[in-house]
Amino acid sequence: MTQFAPPMPDLDRSLPSREGDRVIQFREALREAMSEEMRRDPRIFLMGEEVAEYNGAYKVSQGMLEEFGPKRIIDSPISENGFAGLAVGAAMYGLKPIIEFMSWSFSLVAADQLLNNVPKMLYMSGGQWGCGAVFRGNDGAGGQLGSTHSWCVEGLYANVPGVKIAIPSCPYDAKGLLKTAIREKDPVFFLESERMLGDKAHVPSEEYYIPFGKAALMREGDACTLVSFGRPVNFCIEAADELRGEGIEVDVLDMRTIRPLDIDSILASVGKTGRIVVVDQCWPFASVASEVVTQVCERGFDLLDHQPVRVNSDDVPAPYAKNLEAEFLPNKTKIIAAVKKTLG
Amino acid sequence: MPVKNVYEARIEHLQILDEEARLDEKLAKWPDGRPVLTDAEVLELYQYMVRCRAVDDLAFKLQRSGRMGTYPQNRGQEAAAVGAGFAAKRGVDYLVPCYRENAALWMHGLPMHYVLLHWMGDERGNQIPDGVCQTPLCIPIGTQMLHATGIAWAFKMRKEARVAITFFGDGATSEGDFHEAMNFASAFQVPCVFFCQNNQWAISVPRESQTASETIAQKAVAYGMPTTQVDGNDLFAVVRASTDAIERARAGGGPSFIEAVTYRLADHTTADDARRYRDAKEVEAWQKRDPLIRLRSYLQARKLWDDAKQAALDDEAKAAATEVVRTAEGIEAPSTDEMFDYTFAAPLPAELELQKRTLQTHSLGQDPAQAGLSAQQA
Ligand SMILES: Cc1ncc(C[n+]2csc(CCOP(=O)(O)OP(=O)(O)O)c2C)c(N)n1
Ligand SMILES: [Mg+2]
Repeated sequence: MTQFAPPMPDLDRSLPSREGDRVIQFREALREAMSEEMRRDPRIFLMGEEVAEYNGAYKVSQGMLEEFGPKRIIDSPISENGFAGLAVGAAMYGLKPIIEFMSWSFSLVAADQLLNNVPKMLYMSGGQWGCGAVFRGNDGAGGQLGSTHSWCVEGLYANVPGVKIAIPSCPYDAKGLLKTAIREKDPVFFLESERMLGDKAHVPSEEYYIPFGKAALMREGDACTLVSFGRPVNFCIEAADELRGEGIEVDVLDMRTIRPLDIDSILASVGKTGRIVVVDQCWPFASVASEVVTQVCERGFDLLDHQPVRVNSDDVPAPYAKNLEAEFLPNKTKIIAAVKKTLG
Repeated sequence: MPVKNVYEARIEHLQILDEEARLDEKLAKWPDGRPVLTDAEVLELYQYMVRCRAVDDLAFKLQRSGRMGTYPQNRGQEAAAVGAGFAAKRGVDYLVPCYRENAALWMHGLPMHYVLLHWMGDERGNQIPDGVCQTPLCIPIGTQMLHATGIAWAFKMRKEARVAITFFGDGATSEGDFHEAMNFASAFQVPCVFFCQNNQWAISVPRESQTASETIAQKAVAYGMPTTQVDGNDLFAVVRASTDAIERARAGGGPSFIEAVTYRLADHTTADDARRYRDAKEVEAWQKRDPLIRLRSYLQARKLWDDAKQAALDDEAKAAATEVVRTAEGIEAPSTDEMFDYTFAAPLPAELELQKRTLQTHSLGQDPAQAGLSAQQA
């Protein structure tokens, strides 16, 4: 593979400010990340269902067909296993595929390609054939989509070595993490949320790359450590702000990536607070939250003043009814209760 | 209103060198009069087939004596692999194999001992040397067909005049990957050739139970792809059909399908005993159609071959196979570093670095300092 492949930029450079008035949507931030990278790197193409003519089922790729043409923005047949496998081959031969799953729920029909081929190709070929593709799409409950369409795949997929998993919680991170994902040599699963695509915030117009495996401290306090990733980070921030009104100040850590997991930052915070609540929209059993708690116990048992507490979705299939779905997911009320539990 | 016929398909079966080793002189030449295979080429390919058989025989013995894991013999299918391998351009076209086309891989530059190394349980057998255009053996049935489609897609994107040819069995055509790969390849018109080695069996499941289609080749009709059935034990037919398909793809004509009708003369793998489910008479009938016998008769009839030459080739092939085994067995067991080094592209994540040095996960509660790492690194 001789074609130009831009290197990973210097990830130690300080990131631009989150403050500003260039307010755009989460979906626009994703689009900006892809478009900036595509302008630079001719190896990149975006493929998925409805990504081209229709501008994306969720309008993430709006206008990209116009700019990049049908050779690089490609409507695929409804064939998740098909385009996941095609991406493996294309990446093996040096292209940089960005694969959009309408929903990560539909990636389940591509499990063999995603879990048995993507993460292992480099390993099984003794370092000869990597699979540096980015797979992205909506993860988690999208709002009354029923149990087959509301999957949080992070618990399942994080179990497999060989992939990196990024899960942004806000537009700023969506751009910076996706740009890093596209520069990664390793395969990246990039988990977005239908419920956040319309979220608006300042996103710098400049190019920036958020390093993987470095959590962001979103609120600061010494009463308890709140750890989360993806959409529930926002609930943690709501909870923290409300708790502050009661005089309880907590650390809120946004992990940004699940693999790699920034356990050092978690331990540093727990060293200060002695308490931890992990908020994870997956089911509790064998979840990322379980992994965080386990690692904290293994490495920082002496730091704890209270048993770790998890806030997960309830251990049942995602409900269809509005009231039940709201009850099923982690939310501010549950998080506040969990923090108070650790405070005894 | 009368019922109209909106689609009709026809599946051709190509045979050039028949069971009695008679050559169809017309089909053995391209329209421009050049031979599909020159005498020198037939001699060379025959030698590949014999060498492949010799490695098979030796591998079988090795497995029986515990020196190798499971091994899938190629016996009976040598003409199919060699013919397709010959039609693909070495160093240009990509072979995307499953696991029963050794000779094609060797013809394209894979050192012979790599395949044995793989079956002895060593990942490094799949560490394809630079410049050799093929992907690792693929044991999950059917998955490699999509990779071939993706590789062919990359050729098209990069405007390279290359073709991907992927190999799979009759059983693999029941997998979803097969259908998705065929659909994609055709919808996107990528330069990919689907080469099915229909050896009549998928472990113990006979071809008729695998699918109700009368031919495998007709499945490609549904995907709008040129398709043909060939006598897979006839080297000439395989070369002709494969060359047609590969050069059509190279010229921008999109994917094609080839069903090579052949037979698995051996057990599915060395872990199998086919006598339990196969009629001995069926095997006997196919033994008479052994591609090696057919090609040898052809060469002898043309006075290009004789018993003395055969004896010399057999000796040479046996010696070569022994050498291949010696090479494979002479390779030291991999270091435990190998286990970690290829999980991610460099640099290794700190957690894996720690596991690599200590061969323990953090769940054993080890002290990073003891492992010679700072707490930061761990
Ligand atoms: C996805 C998957 N399912 C099942 C198997 C187990 N298996 C290995 S070989 C085989 C039969 C394959 O038959 P066929 O495709 O005809 O190839 P052949 O072995 O006859 O060359 C099966 C079922 C597998 N390796 N992968
Ligand atoms: Mg078979």
